[in-house]
Amino acid sequence: MPVIKADLDLCQGYANCVMEAPKFFDISDDGVVVVLQEEFAEENRAKVEAAVRSCPVSALRIEE
Amino acid sequence: MGSRTVVVGASVGGTKTVQALRSQGYAGELLVVEAEPHLPYDKPPLSKGYLTGTLGRDRLNLVSDAEIKDLAVGVKLGVRAKSLDVAANELALEDGERIAFDNLIVASGVRARPSPWQAKDGVHLLRTLDDAEMLKKNLQNSRSVVVVGGGFIGAEVAAAARHFGLDVSIVDPLEVPIGRVLGDPVGKLFTRLHHLNDVATHFGNGVEAITGTKGNLTVELTDGKLLSCDLVVVGIGAVPNTEWLASSGLLIENGLVCDEYCRADGQANIFGVGDVARWYHPRQRELVRVEHWTNAVEQAACVAHNITNPKDLTRYAPVPYVWSDQYDWKIQIAGETARASDYVVVEDPSNENRFAAVYADHSGLFCGVATVNWPRAMIQCRRLLDSENAISIPLNLLNDLLPGRPG
Ligand SMILES: Cc1cc2nc3c(=O)[nH]c(=O)nc-3n(C[C@H](O)[C@H](O)[C@H](O)COP(=O)(O)OP(=O)(O)OC[C@H]3O[C@@H](n4cnc5c(N)ncnc54)[C@H](O)[C@@H]3O)c2cc1C
Ligand code: SF4
Repeated sequence: MPVIKADLDLCQGYANCVMEAPKFFDISDDGVVVVLQEEFAEENRAKVEAAVRSCPVSALRIEE
Repeated sequence: MGSRTVVVGASVGGTKTVQALRSQGYAGELLVVEAEPHLPYDKPPLSKGYLTGTLGRDRLNLVSDAEIKDLAVGVKLGVRAKSLDVAANELALEDGERIAFDNLIVASGVRARPSPWQAKDGVHLLRTLDDAEMLKKNLQNSRSVVVVGGGFIGAEVAAAARHFGLDVSIVDPLEVPIGRVLGDPVGKLFTRLHHLNDVATHFGNGVEAITGTKGNLTVELTDGKLLSCDLVVVGIGAVPNTEWLASSGLLIENGLVCDEYCRADGQANIFGVGDVARWYHPRQRELVRVEHWTNAVEQAACVAHNITNPKDLTRYAPVPYVWSDQYDWKIQIAGETARASDYVVVEDPSNENRFAAVYADHSGLFCGVATVNWPRAMIQCRRLLDSENAISIPLNLLNDLLPGRPG
């Protein structure tokens, strides 16, 4: 299954990913992204891709 | 599908539309036309990390070469769209080429409003990568700068100039420039931030003239005061790039006027995305044009959906969201703070550099929020903004986030 990878050093806590896909992303108390579910099914691909695209600092990517 | 979608403008809006189209299964031909010679790059860092040098050029790329290949998108750089023939579904380029399309995406954005004051040289604007390169070089060789315009880009440039140790002054005709967005009481906190960072503010004071030459410029203010400096940066807003549409017959009024599905007025196959689009916002019930990064991305996704699902169109009703980095403040703003009639500030007693301002509209409903150095507070509130909530709801959530509270 494809896997979501987050670069916590790049993340600025803008939370656009959380707005796009709240099932997969949240923000910690320190203001960085938390990936709630690393693996995702094909049916969620478009949603996860939209979340990845919405990150202003390209901190997210999908590993196949 | 045998169709061709042509995109004018390869910045945030154009690039994200191409990606979203492929992500949503668009199998037709894709072609992007971009006036600048550079592959798609990002703009927010141009007044932040890229200007101070903490962020390298490679971090600006919006897509890699490999991705462009994967997207199977044709890219024409360094050529401007010149005119549009709506009846013939044909785009004409400056180099004489004519391109037929099934769908057209207008993502030509905005440009910096030109400086009405001209000196021989040393007066900068900041919109493009080339602007940023030039400004960065000159900031490093200067001792002082006057920034005209106290909005977000002006404030970020001031912060970057302080990073290089320059003497910095900011001028703006408004008494409280950020007050336009956040109200005067909160806006004043932003003015104070300039002072804490040794930046002189000349607010409530316009520019009369700029004279001299790089390294020896004089900015004359409307009250007669003279500021001398090596460099001036003018950040007084932006103008939509719609000249190429002037003869198309499409409705142009402070941007390309679009309906709630982001289709140019009366057209089924011409869409506006990003800073250039002025669309009918179904919740705000008026035409709006938004110059924010996240809006370009969300609008791109909506337009890609509407192209790939013509029988199931989605209305575009985003909650506005913007961030700005000024000195050691990471600022985030969501919703419609500008139309609020009341606000409450919540401070974190454990961190004097952190607060949230929560806004209510005339009927007491939560309508916007601004946070400083507090991402978790922002997302808790931002999630509530696409529905109607009493202001007590975000306030309770924020109180729960404060130290010593559960959650
Ligand atoms: C310095 C700076 C800092 C910013 N900081 C932030 C921030 O912190 N947070 C935030 O939310 N937003 C920020 N923004 C705003 C954000 O960058 C914009 O909202 C975003 O770039 C909009 O993208 P766009 O594609 O709609 O338009 P643009 O970025 O303006 O791109 C339009 C593209 O179209 C091309 N074009 C124009 N006319 C033609 C033509 N006739 N033919 C072919 N191509 C054409 C242009 O060359 C350009 O590449 C900032 C902007 C700047 C300039
Ligand atoms: S959108 Fe990017 S920067 Fe924002 S929280 Fe998600 S990963 Fe972090």
